[in-house]
Amino acid sequence: MARTGRKKPSPRVLVWLGVILAVLTAVLAGGTMSGVASWAPKLALDLEGGTQMILAPKVEGGSDINEEQLNQAVAIIRQRVDGSGVAEAEISTQSGRNVVVSLPGTPSAETRALIQASADMNFRPVLLAAPGDPVPEAERTPAAQLPKPTAKPQNGSDSNWITADIFKRFEALDCAKPQQDKQERSDPAKPLVTCEPATAETPAIKYILGPVEVKGVEIQGSTFQLQQGAQGAVTNEWAVNIQFNAEGTAKFKTVTERLHQFYITAGGDTGTDPKSQFAIVLDDQVISAPRAQAVITDGRPQITGGFTEKSAKVLSDQLRFGALPISFDIQSEQQISATLGGEQLRMGLLAGLIGLLLVVVYSLFQYRALGFVTVASLVVAGALTYLAIAILGWTENYRLSLAGVAGIIVAIGQTADSFIVYFERIRDELREGRGLVSAVENGWKRAKRTVLASKAVNLLAALVLYFVAVGNVRGFAFTLGLTAIADLIVVFMFTHPTLQQLARTRFFGEGHKFSGLDPERLGAVPLYRGAGRVRTPEDTPSVVRAKNTGAAAEAERRMTIAERRRAEQQLAGSSKGPAKESK
Amino acid sequence: MSSFAKFGNDLYTGRRSYDFVAAKKIWFIIAAVAVALSILIPVAKGGFNLGIEFRGGSEFTVSNVKTTDADLGEKAVQDVVPGSVPRVANVAGTTMRIQTDKLTDDETIKIKEGLTSAYGVTDNEVTSTFVGPTWGADVTKQALIGLVVFVALATVLMALYFRTWKMSVSAIAGMLVTMFITAGVYALSDFEVTPSAIIGFLTVLSYSLYDTVVVFDKIRENTAEIEVSTRRTFGEEVNLAVNQTLVRSINTMMVAILPVGAILFIGAGLLGAGTLRDLSLALFVGILIGTAATIFIAAPMYAWLRQSEPLLVKQAQRVEHRRAEGAKAAVEKAAAQPAKG
Repeated sequence: MARTGRKKPSPRVLVWLGVILAVLTAVLAGGTMSGVASWAPKLALDLEGGTQMILAPKVEGGSDINEEQLNQAVAIIRQRVDGSGVAEAEISTQSGRNVVVSLPGTPSAETRALIQASADMNFRPVLLAAPGDPVPEAERTPAAQLPKPTAKPQNGSDSNWITADIFKRFEALDCAKPQQDKQERSDPAKPLVTCEPATAETPAIKYILGPVEVKGVEIQGSTFQLQQGAQGAVTNEWAVNIQFNAEGTAKFKTVTERLHQFYITAGGDTGTDPKSQFAIVLDDQVISAPRAQAVITDGRPQITGGFTEKSAKVLSDQLRFGALPISFDIQSEQQISATLGGEQLRMGLLAGLIGLLLVVVYSLFQYRALGFVTVASLVVAGALTYLAIAILGWTENYRLSLAGVAGIIVAIGQTADSFIVYFERIRDELREGRGLVSAVENGWKRAKRTVLASKAVNLLAALVLYFVAVGNVRGFAFTLGLTAIADLIVVFMFTHPTLQQLARTRFFGEGHKFSGLDPERLGAVPLYRGAGRVRTPEDTPSVVRAKNTGAAAEAERRMTIAERRRAEQQLAGSSKGPAKESK
Repeated sequence: MSSFAKFGNDLYTGRRSYDFVAAKKIWFIIAAVAVALSILIPVAKGGFNLGIEFRGGSEFTVSNVKTTDADLGEKAVQDVVPGSVPRVANVAGTTMRIQTDKLTDDETIKIKEGLTSAYGVTDNEVTSTFVGPTWGADVTKQALIGLVVFVALATVLMALYFRTWKMSVSAIAGMLVTMFITAGVYALSDFEVTPSAIIGFLTVLSYSLYDTVVVFDKIRENTAEIEVSTRRTFGEEVNLAVNQTLVRSINTMMVAILPVGAILFIGAGLLGAGTLRDLSLALFVGILIGTAATIFIAAPMYAWLRQSEPLLVKQAQRVEHRRAEGAKAAVEKAAAQPAKG
């Protein structure tokens, strides 16, 4: 803060405010020029139009979804959407069956895939693997040589799972074709024929998988990191970690004990026995099929090999969200027209503008020239808020909703209140008979506390609403908090320093009729009104004494104590009977 | 204008003073009646007029309509579902919103076709949505949690700042009155309770406390050394503070309410029903009541809560005594003067 002494305050604070504004503008300009930001704030679904998806959850086994599961589904999808950086996504339930996801703008393919990605995740042992192309008709295994189970399978990796029918399907499978007939989830107790889709780095692979051994719900969490070498040094390899719960840990231990055996038998790293692999299956598709290079006893396996940072994150996210035994079908995907949003925004801004104009007129009417300081302050606060919203739209993907616009319109009043509190304090000081320069300083000292305390209430409300509430309410709380901060910056760095400067001009300092600070109109009472007519100290609230020296304060306190004693004496006297006149 | 400045001056010096504190019984009774009415109105009307987010149902929006005739929309729905009572409203310019009870997929498609031809728009200008009845309930539940947390934290914050829990209690009392009356007026207006109305409601609560803090800060200042002062009693000191901040209260209320009023009265005409209108009604009423509740409820209640403190009772006696002395002196002085002349 500016040191406010008797000497002329420097306009340094004002310069700093200018620097802040310039830096913010430069940041935004830089972002815009490099094409990642835009001058216009990003808009939310209700203003911009957007996409709405209706998702039908499906529970394993085809039973009806209950309310608890639905709520769980909503929570999971919300987490997924928020995790993908989409602001103001609204996720609601519909007729107790479906989940409705509203996304502003057109979601990226990644976001859409993430939402759609079924959380039906599990771990199956690999029985057989082959490149993703179908075996040409001519080369297919003749019926006589098709595998025939000789006994009941002993464990998940037993080749007896592979029946002739399964093997035929495996050979015919073409991973390049989308699998349309996936209406039902696969039976977890039976083997599964499926693909690992091709990525940029790896071609598609098809598998025959054993029955589910570990379920996705048994995953407690997943992280990704750079792999640590033997010495604990960080290598350049990305790794994905999984943590199982107690049940999962026990099951995974049994699985890896068995699979690791295949790994050893096949010759360790050089071996190629697919049975040493376990497949992580999401939505009946293999997302990864690592080999069991060790027996995992602590339920904390680490998957390594060929990850980039991005692919490690994707797998880790999929594993984390995979803990829900519900899958989703997109029932409908609907674009919401931007017409309505655009109209609402235009009308909202128009109403806000009219409101602002009324505030300007009222301020000028009430405070005359001082009203211009209010208007200028509001303009600065508006510029700060705009820059913050535009920059946050770029960096944090913050989107302005209609509720947010309402928050800003409401904030006009609360921002102007800081100035009103301050001006009224200055007027009070003038009424006490102070000169304008010291009235500004003293008024500021007292107004500062009030402004801080009241803004604290506002910020508290904004923070609580932001963290507790959902959807719309959040956007509103955000702008409310943002404008409260902008208000504080403006009051401290613009309004007060400006008034300090203005107090030294002739127009304001001499209390011109139109300055709004005319002592005469304010009915100022000079501290000394000529011989014998000094105002009593009680007229002056004690806080004004802030500038007085300790000695003066002490003197005053002594006086009031003496006064109190006298009063007490008088009180005692009066209770005895008619009091005698003192002196 | 100059009279308003004079008004401010007189309030400041105490030359003109409104007895907010002394007449507290009247204010409290008025507030009690208003709160009771606010509770009775929704009961008598059979609850609030809940929006589709709370009721659940189907909603159609038709953009770029040629005419904003509501009958067309009603007829289009009733042709498909006889006897249903759709709510048709013009939301913002050339957009119509039609809300119905829950419909089957078949009915939805038929109504959509009907609306397209009735309003003469193209196929993609009609959108349809179902709203599950849990949406609004979800938002409200979270909002209520937020409300409780906010009030609890604000109470602690105020108690710490003002160093007395009695200010917190009075401020919360004022806020509760504001809350009930705002809800009552909302019920009376028959506006739909939508999530944006809930947002407006929450803002009102924060505004109400905000306003109270500003006035209480002045009270705290005026009564900081009340024990050693014999000029005014505690209640009078509180009353003076309220009077001294009255101009600020009026100015702030005006500045806050002007933009909100612009949305409510100008915007609503242009916008029709919608987020902004629901929000601004709650705000408009809330800001008015909130400002009044600070002056008429919170401040007098604070004076009332503290007036029976032994220290302040003694102080009041001293003030009484000093005044009696002063009056007596004045009488004697007046009596002595003719003798002199």
